[in-house]
Amino acid sequence: MSINVGQILLELWQSSGFYAIFASFSGGGWQNLVMLVIACVLLYLGIVKKFEPLLLVGIAFGCLLSNLPMGGLYHQELWDAFMDPSSPVYHSYGQIMRDGGLLDIFYIGVKTSLYPCLIFMGVGAMTDFGPLLSNPKSLLLGAAAQLGVFVAFLGAVCLGFTGPEAASIGIIGGADGPTAIFLTTKLAPHLLGAIAVAAYSYMALIPLIQPPIMNALTRPEDRRIQMVQTRVVSKTEKIIFPILVTVFVALLLPDTAPLIGCLMLGNLFKETGCTDRLSDTAQNALMNIVTILLSTSVGATMVGSTFLTASTLKIVVLGVIAFGISTAGGLIGGNVMCRLTGGKVNPLIGSAGVSAVPMAARVSNVQGQKANPSNFLLMHAMGPNVAGVIGSAIAAGFLLSVFG
Amino acid sequence: MFLSNTVSTDLSLVDATVIAVLGYAVVFFGLILLMLVVMAMGKAFTAAGRRNSVTPEKTVPAPAAVPAPAAVPAAASAAQSSQAAPGSAGKIKLHDVPPKTAAMLMAIVADQMGKPLNELRFISIKEVK
Repeated sequence: MSINVGQILLELWQSSGFYAIFASFSGGGWQNLVMLVIACVLLYLGIVKKFEPLLLVGIAFGCLLSNLPMGGLYHQELWDAFMDPSSPVYHSYGQIMRDGGLLDIFYIGVKTSLYPCLIFMGVGAMTDFGPLLSNPKSLLLGAAAQLGVFVAFLGAVCLGFTGPEAASIGIIGGADGPTAIFLTTKLAPHLLGAIAVAAYSYMALIPLIQPPIMNALTRPEDRRIQMVQTRVVSKTEKIIFPILVTVFVALLLPDTAPLIGCLMLGNLFKETGCTDRLSDTAQNALMNIVTILLSTSVGATMVGSTFLTASTLKIVVLGVIAFGISTAGGLIGGNVMCRLTGGKVNPLIGSAGVSAVPMAARVSNVQGQKANPSNFLLMHAMGPNVAGVIGSAIAAGFLLSVFG
Repeated sequence: MFLSNTVSTDLSLVDATVIAVLGYAVVFFGLILLMLVVMAMGKAFTAAGRRNSVTPEKTVPAPAAVPAPAAVPAAASAAQSSQAAPGSAGKIKLHDVPPKTAAMLMAIVADQMGKPLNELRFISIKEVK
């Protein structure tokens, strides 16, 4: 048997990713290259600039992996067939398991909404609803701060997106990553990569986006208002609350049951006092594992052919508008509450109504202390902040019931 | 293709506006209802808390005053000289915290909680390093 070294080297070259990129440069190879550059930019933002690194690093690396030709980690065509009602493998997870790559299998957890719900369980286990219970009126600020969701939805319709796509884009204004992923997976899975990146990037930029809006929409004397301590909440109330909210919200909007149910289950683990191990697992081990799976599989959906479109640019613009208007909505609510209570409520806590726990509450606290160094708004802002999580889940449930 | 939007509009602006207004109203409606439920729950718990704090005073007789010791051992006499004042909740343990700082911390906590200092009991204060 004679060995043709040249032939072996040629076949090796032709089976490499380099060949795939350059041989089909005009037919899509250039998109892979652009996406690799974008992945590196996202890695830079996550690692160096610390923009939500726990998620952005995974998203960027998932993007990197899925755009390396011949890697076979993620197959967009399998998912296109999965979503096509005329395809024989329509909604066939067996097909994905048989022919899919590693990231395809990871992505099943996104597709089934498993990861967003488990993330919500971890968020629930880390959340103290005490400030909300001691001041239930802060739920109104959580509602007011969903304004951006619906304004961005309108904007997206104006820009030519379909109803389900517009709903998925609008939910970026809820400033809640798992909710955005949950809704987008159900309504517009082809936009998942762009929406997830926009949502998490803007959440990381909240300390830059919110302060100018806060200063513009509040009066200096209002920003100086010191809020008094609210009542102490009993342990029993904290235990009953998650059960109550689950029953109430799931009956009101059944489509929110997976998100709210997991959020409140995690919170119940935290509050019962007899499930500390489960609470610890939900907050740490489970949360970290799911974050890895979620971020890499969401990043994997950022393939050049679906990501490098005008839609992505529009989503990026609409996302920042949604964040800004949600902040403004919360502040307007805060101003109204300030007037109605005769100046007992600092309107700055309104901006914390955009979920983004606890970043938005921290921004309210910082801005309050800039106006009055002895002002401590953090616990007061946590009320609207966690109310925003419930509010964005209700908004998602509404949009899902309309377009789902 | 790059910079081309292939999606089409299947929703008129009027319909979208109706959905947006309705959606915002539903969010408010849901959270207002939840607020009312939480307020009712809070009121019920506050009332129950008040009842519980009042009931023992009516039914449980006040503890008898501790009789003064007939004779105090010599070793305890020094401790007695530093005995807590009437109404005191006892001594606080300070770990690497100067008394002045501890006093300021207790005052801040009482102020933030909106409770008089004599209704709070501090067990110990430790500097977290």
